[in-house]
Amino acid sequence: MAEFNQSRQITIRLIIAIVFAIILVRLMTLQLFTSKYAKLANDQAILRKIVYPSRGIIFDRKGKAILDNVTMYDLMVTPSQVKGVDTFALCRILEIDTAEFKQRVLTAIIKNSRNRPSVFEALLSPAKYAKINENLFRFQPAFFLQERPIRSYPFKAAAHLLGYVGEVDSGMLKRSNFFYQMGDFAGRSGLESYYEKVLMGQRGIQYILRDNFNRPIGPYENGDFDTPSVAGRHLNTYIDIEVQQLAEKLMHGKVGSVVAIEPKTGGIIAMTSGPTYDPNELTGSESRKNFSRLFVDPASPLLNRGMQGVYPPGSTFKPLGALVALDEGLITPSFGYPCFGRYGPCGRPACTHSNAGHAANLSLSIANSCNSYYAHVLRMALDNKKYGNIEGGLMKWKEYMSGFGLGHRLGIDLPGEYSGYIPDTSRYNKVFRKGGWSSCTIASLGIGQGEIQATPMQMANAMCLIANRGWYYTPHFVKDIEGETKEDTILNKYRQKIAPLHIPNDYYQAVIDGMEMVVTNGTARNAAIDGYAVCAKTGTVENYFKGKKQQNHSFFVAFAPKDDPKIAICVVVENAGFGSTWAAPIASLLMEKFLNDSIAGDRRKAEIDRISNVVITPARIRYEMHRRDSIRQAKDSVQRKRIRLDSTAIGFVRSATTLPPQQPKRELPQRVNWFAILPADRFNFYTYTQPQQRTA
Amino acid sequence: MEKQATIGKGVDTVTVLLYYALVMVGFIAIFSVEFRMGDSFVQSLLELKKNYSKQVLFIGISSLVAVFVLLTDSKFFTAIANLLYMGGILLMLLTFVIGKDISGSKSWIALGGGFNLQPAELCKVFTALALAKYLSRPETEFKTLRSHLIAFALTLGPAVLSIAQKETGLALVYFSFFLVMYREGLPAIYLIVGFSFVVLFISSIVLSFYVYAGALAFIVLIVIYYFWRQIKRNFVLLAALLLVYFAVIGFKWFVDNVVFDKVLKPYQAERVLNMFGKSYVPKSPERIALFEKEQASGKKKDYTYNVKQSKIAIGSGGFAGKGFLKGVTTQGDFVPEQHTDFIFTAIAESFGFWGSALLLGLYFFLLYRIISIAERQRSTFSRVYAYSVACILLFHIMINISMTIGLMPVIGITLPLLSYGGSSLVTFTILIFIMLRLDADRNMVLR
Repeated sequence: MAEFNQSRQITIRLIIAIVFAIILVRLMTLQLFTSKYAKLANDQAILRKIVYPSRGIIFDRKGKAILDNVTMYDLMVTPSQVKGVDTFALCRILEIDTAEFKQRVLTAIIKNSRNRPSVFEALLSPAKYAKINENLFRFQPAFFLQERPIRSYPFKAAAHLLGYVGEVDSGMLKRSNFFYQMGDFAGRSGLESYYEKVLMGQRGIQYILRDNFNRPIGPYENGDFDTPSVAGRHLNTYIDIEVQQLAEKLMHGKVGSVVAIEPKTGGIIAMTSGPTYDPNELTGSESRKNFSRLFVDPASPLLNRGMQGVYPPGSTFKPLGALVALDEGLITPSFGYPCFGRYGPCGRPACTHSNAGHAANLSLSIANSCNSYYAHVLRMALDNKKYGNIEGGLMKWKEYMSGFGLGHRLGIDLPGEYSGYIPDTSRYNKVFRKGGWSSCTIASLGIGQGEIQATPMQMANAMCLIANRGWYYTPHFVKDIEGETKEDTILNKYRQKIAPLHIPNDYYQAVIDGMEMVVTNGTARNAAIDGYAVCAKTGTVENYFKGKKQQNHSFFVAFAPKDDPKIAICVVVENAGFGSTWAAPIASLLMEKFLNDSIAGDRRKAEIDRISNVVITPARIRYEMHRRDSIRQAKDSVQRKRIRLDSTAIGFVRSATTLPPQQPKRELPQRVNWFAILPADRFNFYTYTQPQQRTA
Repeated sequence: MEKQATIGKGVDTVTVLLYYALVMVGFIAIFSVEFRMGDSFVQSLLELKKNYSKQVLFIGISSLVAVFVLLTDSKFFTAIANLLYMGGILLMLLTFVIGKDISGSKSWIALGGGFNLQPAELCKVFTALALAKYLSRPETEFKTLRSHLIAFALTLGPAVLSIAQKETGLALVYFSFFLVMYREGLPAIYLIVGFSFVVLFISSIVLSFYVYAGALAFIVLIVIYYFWRQIKRNFVLLAALLLVYFAVIGFKWFVDNVVFDKVLKPYQAERVLNMFGKSYVPKSPERIALFEKEQASGKKKDYTYNVKQSKIAIGSGGFAGKGFLKGVTTQGDFVPEQHTDFIFTAIAESFGFWGSALLLGLYFFLLYRIISIAERQRSTFSRVYAYSVACILLFHIMINISMTIGLMPVIGITLPLLSYGGSSLVTFTILIFIMLRLDADRNMVLR
């Protein structure tokens, strides 16, 4: 009977063919016409890991490493393996309690899931590291130590210059065109930032296969697609770390700055800003805390006053004024001016003078810092017939200032340099209206007061120009880069001599002679160094804060030796009084340290201790500190009141919780999406609305 | 008796070659799932610790079993068919008493030494023999309703037991015998009705109630229009039509409220509905309570994870595949149960579309070969048995591959000859080699 149904084999064969055809078509759509699965597979299975090279090291002029890479250790935990670990022993070593332990494990799970390692304690202190390393076998495999290279600063100095390395923020991510990624570390200020590309080296990329629990299982394709990392290159700088340390010691307790430059190269020997901080504070586990403390400090320790502090240069400006007048042919080195202590010709006492000296010739006028002389010299320059009216004269004068490196950024190799300010005609036209001002109105410019503003860096650079008799190199820190090639163009601009002015050597000589007299028998006799001809100029700068006159800034510029200049320096001590009192001895000690490598004589050594122990806090900062303390006090008292209120409120809440509020019965409609009818915060469903605050 | 000297005589070489080709593909696939760069291949092969090394052992055992089957006299199978069937049923019942729980289904009997036997697998062979025996009886007249019902009972009995053991996948396979019965003269209406239910089931999931009722009403109107004359003569027809209409609408209610909410487990319902882009919304109070609890605890399992990963693995293979041992999804253990039920994903990821198509070709060729073998039998017993082999294989392949590519919900069922596992491999070996033994004696008339 079966033979009758033989034709049915065709139906069955057809069914089989149809089933296979459907499967094949489906496979085609999945494998040939859908591309998303390939991406999904790689996304979940291949981890793109960036390999960070070690950062380059920065050396000082004598080859000492002023910063270094040290390896610290993070204690890592894999939460899924914690069971069975001797928790007590670990807690004893880390000095935490078991509640804290549980909390940290929980945080790790939330952050990074159970199966992936997370940081349990970052940057272990050496003592804890030693103890844990010894006992690690007791905590493995749940806990392990992971290397983490960080910066260390063996000299605890030069914080402002070196800058710090920190996590990149969102602004930086965008600016870098997403070269950096979230969580990357990069130089955030100072040399670390300016030479970031050199120091960072080249990041490598590793592709790692991972499994369904996100555990790495090995390199992808034997690492054929990986790029190796290239270590960062070292920097050799002009910094003399011992001078830098001494400068920071001398500036201790004071607000101000020291900038020392080698005139022949433009290399910066030292640059301090007081108050400063230990750069080690911004690395390691406490860095965030320390940063915020420094950030809100009223004395702004994060500000690098060497290039970001702008001051009227005061009398230290006088040698420049003399050079302008000499070059314009308005005076000769033998030009003299009666110095009566007040400047009369303008009808009213324009320049008060606290050092009534003699100004029989140029040298003496510098040595005795005669205000009238320089007010007069400035007026001569401004009213020069050659340039028509005063506006022409002022513009010419500004041109000279620009040639001296004032009023614009020098372009040093630190980010965030300030430009200072040299006023021009538009400024005065705005303040006094056009034609409403004369050389008398602005005569104080001649003695470096008034609208003129310069950074200590600019003044030190101007000293270089004088010491070199007419030229300078843009001040910079880095001498050369390890393995420098033609492609490293970053240093090119520092190797070009800048000589914008063509003032004859004789005029420089005259001014330099005057500056030498400042030390030999002028205002700064305490700045002399045995065996060296020091040329200098003091400054005592009047200044105002919110319209209120403050104690004078103590200014001092100098270079030495006279004929073969090796160091030019500018010292500013804010609100410390006469230039000769504080700034001059500081500069003198630093120059001696640099020239002789040591300080000679017990008297000089005692001087170091004397200066470094003096604390001079400007009144405005004292006021700010006081204000901050008062606010904190007020806040504390509010807080205390609050706590009292809270304790009554707690009693109130407790009585409320004894009667749980009635939940309205929910009627469930047919065929509804559950997520739509559940409240947005489902987990908080049973919290009741806060009762109204009772008014006492 | 001289036959025993040449057991190879009359055995279909093509089928044997296809069998070994597929077994080798299976070994390669299992190997690629488990082997990691740096493992010692020889050592793990000898230590029998890895699945692929155990599979080598299973292949060896299967070959031995194959030889024994080929050595057996064909008449033995006809003689013992009913006995084996009864034994199989008894074994399945026995699992309820001494069964071992493996991944949620209590369908295994421990054999000792870490090896387990799944009687439901073996029972497929016994059912095929019993059906062949029944249909080949001279007194069976496979036209009567009575004979149909007996055949249904024979085949669906083990299916019911499988469902009771929570092996839904294996139960489905027993429906493949309907195709065999169709070949032997079962009226096509059975298949059409069965197919209609599948269509109704799917449309009741996909369509909303009003569209479903409206579409059916439309069909009813068309039927009334075309058969208006008959209906005018006999209004009972109209009544019957309306009765069917309401029954079918009732079917949707049944599917929505009973099948998904009572019969299927939540995860099964989720998987079935997910295939059609729907999510499972519980309706019965106890299910709602369960659902709420899962939501609140935040530990709701993603029941569609398997098929997602399976599709990623297959889809990422592309045309050429990623190469042997280079499939990142496979190497990263992303697909659960990849060495057993999801072994196809390993092939599809490593060897891409051409590899999968080649594998499908092998299967297709095997099935067509078996049907050709079936059709050349002189005895009904051998033919029915060979058809059973083809249909069982077809259902296994269809369900398994369809579930990996998202055409069917995830049901635990092996890919014949490829999936890791002794029970499965040995069962299919016996299944195929009995057929080859019978085929070798195709000139004998067996009853």
